[in-house]
Amino acid sequence: MIFKTTPSQTVGPNFAIGLPWDEGPHVVDPATAGAFTITGTIYDGAGQPIPDHLIETWQADPEGRFADAYGHGGASAMEGFRGFARYGVEAGDGEFQIVTVKPGRVKEPGGRLQAPHIAVTLMARGMLNRVVTRIYFGDEEEANATDPILALVPADRRQTLIATPQDGGYRFNIRVQGPGETVFFDV
Amino acid sequence: MSTEEKTETIYAPVVDTPRNYVREPADAHPPLDYPPYKSTTLRHPTQPLIYLPQTITEVTGPALGDARVVTPDDADLTRRHDGEPIGERITVSGRVFDTEGKPLRNTLVEVWQANACGRYRHRWDNWPAPLDPNFSGAGRCVTDAEGGYHFTTIKPGPYPWGNHYNAWRPAHIHFSLMGRAFTQRLVTQMYFPGDPFFPYDPIFNSVRDEAARERMISRFSIHGTQPDWAAAYEFDIYLRGPASTPFEEAH
Repeated sequence: MIFKTTPSQTVGPNFAIGLPWDEGPHVVDPATAGAFTITGTIYDGAGQPIPDHLIETWQADPEGRFADAYGHGGASAMEGFRGFARYGVEAGDGEFQIVTVKPGRVKEPGGRLQAPHIAVTLMARGMLNRVVTRIYFGDEEEANATDPILALVPADRRQTLIATPQDGGYRFNIRVQGPGETVFFDV
Repeated sequence: MSTEEKTETIYAPVVDTPRNYVREPADAHPPLDYPPYKSTTLRHPTQPLIYLPQTITEVTGPALGDARVVTPDDADLTRRHDGEPIGERITVSGRVFDTEGKPLRNTLVEVWQANACGRYRHRWDNWPAPLDPNFSGAGRCVTDAEGGYHFTTIKPGPYPWGNHYNAWRPAHIHFSLMGRAFTQRLVTQMYFPGDPFFPYDPIFNSVRDEAARERMISRFSIHGTQPDWAAAYEFDIYLRGPASTPFEEAH
């Protein structure tokens, strides 16, 4: 490391004038076969929804390939697959919704297969840096049981990373602080 | 090797994907729990972060340079309406590098800001300063082959906020950087040199290291300034680069 990074600053309350775009919350076109919605609410330490949050997700396609800017790992061949979603609105109520498909399993550097997962960045007014978490899927119990990253998380906190199946997709709430606090990662 | 070739080698943009990205010291960025900025109180995790060995998910990232996201017009914030916005026309330009000094080409740079009076075009900004019908305050561009970006805009004004008695934010432009990998994602704020509000702003001072704070302050450039047109500010941005070891060990 020759140079030092530019420090982070809060995204603030006004990002919605610049960062969202129409298709931002769509990892895939909603008409895609197998597309579903992940819905969730972001809560603060008092249990109140955080209305001015910005959430971004990044994931592999169902074949385990990424829409990576440089084709790393073999480029996704899925039509219209962006791999990325951004949700943030001017008059939020603490909820987010993204439309996606379930990612395939990809290996970790040691060669072990990871369970299907989605990387998540969360920012908000009052957060001086992003926090990072992962979404796993409640209907992937077998894969989750052997996931090398979940294994690093204390057993009594793993549930905070697991999205619950519901009509039309999954629910994944994030608690930034307090009882049931979501696990956040140092990446 | 000629000087020209050597320069080309040194400044060749990043074309390979690192297996993992450098871990930064804990004080490289502001703490999430920073009481002088009151909104952090209920919005910081209290449990320690869990070390995640980077996997392919973390070392890849999206290509967002297509026309659904960004068009060439998006880089000029003064030409998004019929008339010209009020205020001091400026250019803001610079380059995006990684911590090895390699330029990051074709990566999305996004900005948003208040108008010349310090007012955002946002429904929750209601401080009594006028909106400018000719200024929305948002821009985008992708970096060129040398990692360069360039915006034309209006110098934003400082504005009061409710954090403490007589609290004012120094004038700033918000920057969002996608980098080329999930690990490189950065949102920051660019400040202007010599701002008198610096000593009193808990967000600026949440970066505890003075040298690090300096890295958020743009430079005025007389040579970049265009005669009879616009004053130039320059702001280079550094994102995490490759780690020196090829593989990370799981901790």
